Amino acid sequence: MSTPATGQTREPDSCELKSSALTLPVLKLHEADIDRIGKHLRQKAREAPDFFHNAPIVIDLTNLEKRDDPVNFPFLVGVMRGLGMQPIGIQGGSAAQRESAELMELAVLGQTGAGNRAAKKEEEKPPVDVTGTGKTMLVSQPVRSGQRLYASEADLIVTAQVSSGAEIFADGNIHVYGTLRGRAMAGIKGDTTARIFCRNLSAELVSIAGRYKVSEDLERHHRGESVQIYLRQNKLIVDPI
Amino acid sequence: MARNIVITSGKGGVGKTTTSAAFAMGLAKKGHRTVVIDFDVGLRNLDLIMGCERRVVYDFINVIHKEVNLNQALIRDKRCKELYVLPASQTRDKAALSVEGVGRVLEELGRDFDYVICDSPAGIEHGATMAMYFADDAIVVTNPEVSSVRDSDRMLGILSSKSRRAENNQDPIREYLLLSRYSPDRVSRGEMLSVEDVQEILSLDLLGVIPESGAVLDASNKGIPVILNAESTAGQAYQDAVTRYLGEDLPHRFLEVEKRSLFGRLFGG
Repeated sequence: MSTPATGQTREPDSCELKSSALTLPVLKLHEADIDRIGKHLRQKAREAPDFFHNAPIVIDLTNLEKRDDPVNFPFLVGVMRGLGMQPIGIQGGSAAQRESAELMELAVLGQTGAGNRAAKKEEEKPPVDVTGTGKTMLVSQPVRSGQRLYASEADLIVTAQVSSGAEIFADGNIHVYGTLRGRAMAGIKGDTTARIFCRNLSAELVSIAGRYKVSEDLERHHRGESVQIYLRQNKLIVDPI
Repeated sequence: MARNIVITSGKGGVGKTTTSAAFAMGLAKKGHRTVVIDFDVGLRNLDLIMGCERRVVYDFINVIHKEVNLNQALIRDKRCKELYVLPASQTRDKAALSVEGVGRVLEELGRDFDYVICDSPAGIEHGATMAMYFADDAIVVTNPEVSSVRDSDRMLGILSSKSRRAENNQDPIREYLLLSRYSPDRVSRGEMLSVEDVQEILSLDLLGVIPESGAVLDASNKGIPVILNAESTAGQAYQDAVTRYLGEDLPHRFLEVEKRSLFGRLFGG
């Protein structure tokens, strides 16, 4: 691998791609009759005009998959745009329906249901404990005293410090790659499989699904260490990692 | 348009007003038109530290309430013609500070001056939040002591979320740490937090370290900003801090225990 010559500096990036979890309104189609759909939408728009104004909408075709009726996307998109909506993509639907959506430059979101599934080979996998939720909230700034962070239905990763007097909560796991000095509470909706991972344990309080330990109860030899904290038989265990 | 600098801390008594006076004088002496405003309504001190307490006619609240115009309330410093002071009211309540009123006055000042320094009161209540709301830069004054450090951390959190820049999603306020009342002797004896300790807890770049110095009390009593006392370590440290703020990279002084020479030790110098 070639290395850049010394003295060359990289230009700063002009932008970056990030993933994020967004909640969007979904228009679920129960039939393919565009005229009836258009009539229904116009009525809804009359009832709540501001609701649709510039709203990004995802069109859900799951109920139309099996029948595989052709959907008149140009007309549908035209009606929706005329009412002020912004159809941005579709989810679900048969392969043919997805193809005609793509022709209208609608994004195809969340591949589910009848798609081509490549035959999965049985692979050798190490034993896996499934914990947390899979979605992640990432924070790279220090969490200052008095601030609160809540990762709802997600794991929380903090790559900077968490100051004393700060509180971080997550429905899933918590990872702190800076020093953890504040309070960290994982699995706060009751997920007993949630864990807390931290590089430097100096926390005021740690808790998983409501079972907690304060700084005094955390053994002295774990302070300042890299640990993971989890529940085993309802007891909070602190293990070095 | 002027640069708005707030001098804040959270904790009281750490050296905000001393720093505001020193910084304002430092910038003005370098030729920049500077105004320093006292936001501590009801407990005004800036006029004492600046030595203009006998010339106060109108104040910040008078201007906000449009009872007088800005020129009638601003007090020009007798030692430096680029420096002006806008004192606080001693008789009114901090409720008189409104976002619109403060914003209007700061905008008017911004047109005429290069730097507007806002001396914040202690705490995180209305006076302090008004002082920092319109800031471009924040100098967080901290003593090397646990409660001051925690309060400064709290203030940093508020700066990053409750300022106008934060609310409008603009570039965040530039935060600077100024460590004041530093005593290398006590640090070496393990009695006081060191610069490294404080930086580890706050993770903030150091603008300056002002050593503990008798010259500060002397300066307050005389109404002469300590930066004008070029012989004092505190005065020199403030001078360095102003220079660093303006972009020059200077090494930090007065961090080490002074080594006494043989003569010094023999004759108790």
